[in-house]
Amino acid sequence: MSLQNPTVTGRSESLLATNQLIRNTYLMLSLTLVWSAAMAGVAMWLRVPNMISLVAMFGSMALIWFVLPRTANSSAGLLTVFAITGLMGLGLGPTINYYLHMEGGDQIVMTALGGTGAIFLALSAYALTTRRDFSFMGGFLMVGLIVVLLAMLGNLFFHLPALSMALSAAVILLMSGFILFDTSRMVNGGEDNYLVMTVSLYLNIYNIFVSLLNLLGASRD
Amino acid sequence: MDWMKIMSAIFIVVMLVFLWPRAGHMLRESRKGSSSEWLVVVLILFGVAGFVAFLMHGISAKPI
Repeated sequence: MSLQNPTVTGRSESLLATNQLIRNTYLMLSLTLVWSAAMAGVAMWLRVPNMISLVAMFGSMALIWFVLPRTANSSAGLLTVFAITGLMGLGLGPTINYYLHMEGGDQIVMTALGGTGAIFLALSAYALTTRRDFSFMGGFLMVGLIVVLLAMLGNLFFHLPALSMALSAAVILLMSGFILFDTSRMVNGGEDNYLVMTVSLYLNIYNIFVSLLNLLGASRD
Repeated sequence: MDWMKIMSAIFIVVMLVFLWPRAGHMLRESRKGSSSEWLVVVLILFGVAGFVAFLMHGISAKPI
């Protein structure tokens, strides 16, 4: 007769795997944020033009859609994640430069940075400590994202400042929802790859930061 | 229309093309949340909106 209860052993192994996934994801997220900030610094120093920034964004999206799914379970996945976040950091450089050259720009950038950190930490802490299951939000968040993208497409042609602000606010709320959803996927199952989780959380943080910059810049104006 | 706008529009359209099937899949597969679960989400998002409004007020009130 076995002395170990298989149910208890299985549950503790699952808990251990979840804790390891959470630890690896946040470690990787910290590294990619530092790396991304360094790349943004390089782009700001070199005064990278907006067109290069857009090409970098295209490159990072191509890596997310085509390369990450194929490499996420291998060591090449690490390189892919650093390439994605590096390109996104590079793409962010001209945007930060633009806000820094506004009056009181340093306050705007620092407030956006601090605000993004506070939102991410508070929502992650809530989802991690309560261990609530937010998987029911998936469909709602994806439909919301599509609606926001369609409105952004329209606003490229109409250039309505009020709509731009409303869209930035909507993106912040959507990405806040995605932080809850993604963290819940990590805690309650649904995603067991820390590289995929890192990129998901990184995109949430990135979008909150850019939208907060837009809102704070507009409110200063 | 400048090239930046055209490239941005292409970028958004490509995102939509990739996200559309995933959104459909998630709509079909996601479990339905109860009203109390949605209430928690609404309260959290209200908190985030309040915090953002506080930051915006702080920035607009600061002397340059």
